[in-house]
Amino acid sequence: TSNKTRYLSHSSLFLDRKEWADLEPVPQDDGPNPVVKIAYSEKFTDVFDMFRALLQNDEKSERAFALTTEAIDLNAANYTVWHYRRVLLQALDKDLREEMKYITAIIEDQPKNYQVWHHRRMVVEWLNDPSEELQFVAEILSQDAKNYHAWQHRQWVMQEYKLWDGELEYVEELLEEDVRNNSAWNQRHFVINHTSGYSDSSILDREVQYTLKQIKKAPHNESAWNYLNGILQDGGLSSFPGLLEQVTELQDTCSSPYLTAFLVDLYEDALETNSSSYDQQEMFNKALELCKFLAEEKDTIRREYWNYVSRSLQNTYGSGDPVSASSDPPPPPSSSQLPDMEPSDP
Amino acid sequence: LLLDEHADYIAAYGSKKDDYEYTLSEYLRMSGIYWGLTVMDLMGQLSRMNREEIIEFIKSCQHDCGGISASTGHDPHLLYTLSAVQILSLYDSINVIDVDKVVDYVKGLQQEDGSFAGDKWGEIDTRFSFCAVATLSLLGKLDVINMDKAVEFVLSCMNFDGGFGCRPGSESHAGQIYCCTGFLSITGQLHQVNADLLGWWLCERQLPSGGLNGRPEKLPDVCYSWWVLAALKIIGRIHWIDKAKLRNFILACQDEETGGFADRPGDMVDPFHTLFGVAGLSLLGDEQIKPVNPVFCMPEDVLQRIGLQPDFTAHFVCLPINQTHLIQLISSLKETPGPEMGVRKGRHTKCAVLGGAQDQG
Repeated sequence: TSNKTRYLSHSSLFLDRKEWADLEPVPQDDGPNPVVKIAYSEKFTDVFDMFRALLQNDEKSERAFALTTEAIDLNAANYTVWHYRRVLLQALDKDLREEMKYITAIIEDQPKNYQVWHHRRMVVEWLNDPSEELQFVAEILSQDAKNYHAWQHRQWVMQEYKLWDGELEYVEELLEEDVRNNSAWNQRHFVINHTSGYSDSSILDREVQYTLKQIKKAPHNESAWNYLNGILQDGGLSSFPGLLEQVTELQDTCSSPYLTAFLVDLYEDALETNSSSYDQQEMFNKALELCKFLAEEKDTIRREYWNYVSRSLQNTYGSGDPVSASSDPPPPPSSSQLPDMEPSDP
Repeated sequence: LLLDEHADYIAAYGSKKDDYEYTLSEYLRMSGIYWGLTVMDLMGQLSRMNREEIIEFIKSCQHDCGGISASTGHDPHLLYTLSAVQILSLYDSINVIDVDKVVDYVKGLQQEDGSFAGDKWGEIDTRFSFCAVATLSLLGKLDVINMDKAVEFVLSCMNFDGGFGCRPGSESHAGQIYCCTGFLSITGQLHQVNADLLGWWLCERQLPSGGLNGRPEKLPDVCYSWWVLAALKIIGRIHWIDKAKLRNFILACQDEETGGFADRPGDMVDPFHTLFGVAGLSLLGDEQIKPVNPVFCMPEDVLQRIGLQPDFTAHFVCLPINQTHLIQLISSLKETPGPEMGVRKGRHTKCAVLGGAQDQG
């Protein structure tokens, strides 16, 4: 309980201040018997007791606004405080430009917090002014180029306000700094998807060559290989002219489990599409050989996956009886138990 | 595996004076309680927690709008609404709150594009799509939302690598993938996932140390043992990670002195990582721990009691099969009713569901 007659001018506690004397602080209430004993530091108790009092009275005042600043300073993850601050920003018609400066400082200090980014987005929406956003996010990304919140905010700004210019260049800068930045590769896909798209063959060609170039610089790069695979899904890996040759060429100098995995995917695509450009038997044999190589030597931690791929290939394209492993679901009834049937289109 | 130490750690959590960490985490208290209770139940130690106090606490957190907050004096949010419903499900006491109002609250958060906001302030995230359907599923009220639109939105978050992000275009992330596969399981739409492509991306999270990361080129963290592993289990590909190596990593994250698990070996423990470490071990088949449901991250026996059985791709008979065998199998299905058949043609083609014996086949 507060001692209302104690006005100490030098006290930093709210409960000691004259201007706050009218409010009865509301202590934390965890129910009739507190679930657990909670120990707060004195200042924390002070601020949040006052906050609860304001909330209960639904007070919309400057002192309430000032209190949210104090509360955020103590715990920027408390989403209720942020809600209340937004209510006050509107009720008191506060200067939103000032608020932008404020949220900028908070995010710079604590960039991995959902609340602060959502708050910034609300202020940008209210101001309807994205002009600082790309610069700001770039600054945050310069400290941590993979900050998931930062990237979401960037994507939102770009889509909402159609700010696509210069983004591909920005992505390339980031990939220059760290070619393994998965977020940057994702952003590359995001930008192109929303601008030119990948259906134009000159775009697709450009992207394939760009990716292969990055792979040559850093062969052990999951993101680059995922990107290459991803952009070629629609057309099919084996349909892209000269790709098999280009990737095979890389085997000597830029070998990695990812390259080998990519070749397996390419061979399988050739088998799936029954492409006449390839010797089907050769594709089949090479694919199985690489699966074995990966399972037994190059990527043993994922041997179960590679054995699965191998079995899958054998069952689909092989000529023998179905192959299965103990971890597979039970095999279909064997052909000897079923009536002889003429294969026809299902 | 130091189960007694972990149980002691959780039972004592929050009772220490001057625990600043505990204070700071008040804004997520409801989830904190869910993590603690669930891990205790998985270890068969739920009786050590104070059921009556917790139920009273939850009652005090339901707001007029029906939504539930993280703690008293905090605003309602979908995250804490789900946690509350999960806790009450564990305790078989769902009716201490106004269930109809919870349902209204969740329904009211669905947007025109099918997505869900976390609360009235409008943050959109596939995490909230999961929270919404998980909550409604536990309450038996999935039918109140626009299911088609909800599914459409989640699928629009599927990326070129087979993974999912928080919004359309967002980078694939293991936590979001858990939420989306969980969502698709609850809504019966797992066949829309490219299980081989996504399974590959997920098993690629395993690092030489045996631990799992959440995105390419990031550090391993014990909580990804849950997000990644549960997602793999849901899509029927859990055997694609090296289980022994992962188990060793998870066990290395225990703290022998204090009990509990940390994000990686040597760091400070907390209830969040303790739950996901233990739950991960359960998924890996540790018999000292109760079986955990990979969709809800709750003990299987609780879900059985409620009568919930979300889809797993493991229940699909998904066979590598050539065309002759396929036709023979289809014709045999006409005689024998069975689980839904998934047919794949090549590794990167999506599952096509044939349906049971009643269908054309």
